[in-house]
Amino acid sequence: MKRRTLLATGVAAAALVATGLPALAQDKTKVGFVFVGPVGDGGWTYEHNQGRLAIEEEFGDAVETVFVESVPEGPDAVRVMQQMALDGADLIFTTSFGYMDQTMEVAAKFPDVKFEHATGFKTADNVSTYSARFYEGRAVQGHIAGNLTKSNVIGYIGSFPIPEVVRGINASFLAAKAVNPDVQFKIVWAYTWFDPAKEAEAANVLIEQGADVILQHTDSTAPQAAAQAAGNVYTFGQASDMAEYAPMPRVSSIIDNWGPYYVERTKAVMDGTWETQQVWEGIGDGMVGIGDITDAVPAEVKASAEALRDAIAAGETHPFTGPVNKQDGSVWLADGETADDGTLLGMNFYVEGIEGDIPQ
Amino acid sequence: MIVLEKRPQPSRGWSYAAPVLAVVLTMVVGGILFAALGKNPVTVIRTIFLDPLFSEFAWFYRPQLLIKGAPLVLIAIGLSFGFRAGIWNIGAEGQYIIGALCGAGVGLAFYPMETRLVFPLMILAGAFGGWVWAMIPGVLKVKFGTNEILVSLMLVYVAESLLAAMALGPMKNPEGMGFPGSRNLAQYPSAANLELFAGTGMHWGVVFALIAVIFAYIALAKHTFGFHVRLAGQAPRAARFAGVNPGRLILICMGLSGALAGMAGLFEVAGPAGQVTIDFNVGYGFTAIIVAFLGRLHPVGILLAGGLMALTYIGGGIAQSNLGLPAAAISLLQGMLLFFLLAVDVLTHYRVRFAARKVA
Repeated sequence: MKRRTLLATGVAAAALVATGLPALAQDKTKVGFVFVGPVGDGGWTYEHNQGRLAIEEEFGDAVETVFVESVPEGPDAVRVMQQMALDGADLIFTTSFGYMDQTMEVAAKFPDVKFEHATGFKTADNVSTYSARFYEGRAVQGHIAGNLTKSNVIGYIGSFPIPEVVRGINASFLAAKAVNPDVQFKIVWAYTWFDPAKEAEAANVLIEQGADVILQHTDSTAPQAAAQAAGNVYTFGQASDMAEYAPMPRVSSIIDNWGPYYVERTKAVMDGTWETQQVWEGIGDGMVGIGDITDAVPAEVKASAEALRDAIAAGETHPFTGPVNKQDGSVWLADGETADDGTLLGMNFYVEGIEGDIPQ
Repeated sequence: MIVLEKRPQPSRGWSYAAPVLAVVLTMVVGGILFAALGKNPVTVIRTIFLDPLFSEFAWFYRPQLLIKGAPLVLIAIGLSFGFRAGIWNIGAEGQYIIGALCGAGVGLAFYPMETRLVFPLMILAGAFGGWVWAMIPGVLKVKFGTNEILVSLMLVYVAESLLAAMALGPMKNPEGMGFPGSRNLAQYPSAANLELFAGTGMHWGVVFALIAVIFAYIALAKHTFGFHVRLAGQAPRAARFAGVNPGRLILICMGLSGALAGMAGLFEVAGPAGQVTIDFNVGYGFTAIIVAFLGRLHPVGILLAGGLMALTYIGGGIAQSNLGLPAAAISLLQGMLLFFLLAVDVLTHYRVRFAARKVA
């Protein structure tokens, strides 16, 4: 009734655009995205949005994609997801860990809508999870960083002390230590995924403490800019290539490549073959990419880094291969043993040699 | 030549008309902005301001208005007393956080015991937490003459750090696989602040917000406390002669706003949000400042302004997902509201006169 009265008024055309004709909506597969940052963050959300565009490119008029950016991880996320489901979304990607309980809550109310939650661990009949083995890329970064550093101090900007981030720190530390036994990590927790001001501040603190290589697990390019201003400091692109800072300070990057996965899952919904799954893919599957290693890196280091990348992709090398001790000196992995996924997924300890405590 | 002439008395008519004119101006300038972004301004304005109330899915959006508006109104009512008396508590966001932490702390301490006492105790703890946090700038101002604007604002950042520490440490869900964030209070029946009637969005926070509006109205219109508050703001010297103790007034106003902000935080953490998480706070404490002024520091005005602000959030979300509007455009629109209100307010205090240029 409400809709009819609206149609009767002068804004009829506008109403049609906004609410969409149900008949038309049925034909297209509608895919929704809930983003934690702005699509222009140049990092995490930017790459998820690239994945969304890949869906549009692949299926053209057969799909319609919608997104809402900068959605806080709380009741607002519930509202946005629910609104997408009501508006006829068939598949919704929720692209931040903090949307986990919200995704489960909304998914329970809309059993016919499929949900895909990035980096979480809860699933349901209509909720899958997906994540990338970023730590594989971290190992390559650590390898390069360990070779490049002259001060032997590597700075690390952590976002939140969750297993994914701790895993990245451990993986890069082990790889750096393997090529440079004197290397030391300084870790600053920014408690944000995207806040250029805080990230720049963290980078400057690390540089002042003598770090000449900075790794980041936050999404903006602010640390790159801070390194550029400081001069001889190396950085790596995070989540996105950040190539605008190449060849210096950005010497390489970890790129999240969500496009193929998003296209595959959209196809599954179209074909009616979508099933709950928990996906964790790495360099070998193409979900994690290593950005071009620039000439600021010595040729032999570049060659060995690429060899490491290829070995990980081929499954010949695992970034967590024993002997590895935990920070307290207890044995974690025996000689030749590799870490199991369960331990990696819940990782809440540093490996031996990293100083400081994980905030608890 | 246009001359601004100070009115002997602020114009009553304009003080009511200013918020309305500000909303209209916001719509007009916002419309121009949306047109510049390549969207049909009429559609966008209609989507933001009308769709949540009258569209096909209004049955879903209307309850959301209550959920989003209740904390804004509750906090703004508390702030309005201080603002009237010239006491500037800018740190409601921090009091909101501490209230949520204290309330959630009580709830988590009782887990998993089921008793009706838990929720009332949580409300008291929430109010107490917010009160204590507001007392810090209050007492410092009374005893040492510090600036309450600075102290209360700085305490927001302290509260945020405490929140992060709690979500990662003492309040972390022991069954959360090492991920930060507390148990979900919404899933603990004795502590949950659920909808009182399913599908209405009406939770205890909404009830308390409405009670606060009524009490504030009575206090301001009928009670000597309200008279003292108004007098202290309009004529501090006269207030002193009338026997108003300025120190006591500061403590009461700060305490009141802190307690209400703390309660708002508790209702949020026990219901819509459910969990103590690192970024639990999403700026209600700051937005409430806009709400308080937009509502002319009048209880009924605040109720309306809170509803309007909630509308822009929810309508903004719809506009993002249906019309592809960037999130920043919505924030701009909300900022414009306060900006235009302040600009239009000139007319409340000044009269515009068209005078002929005089020769000196």
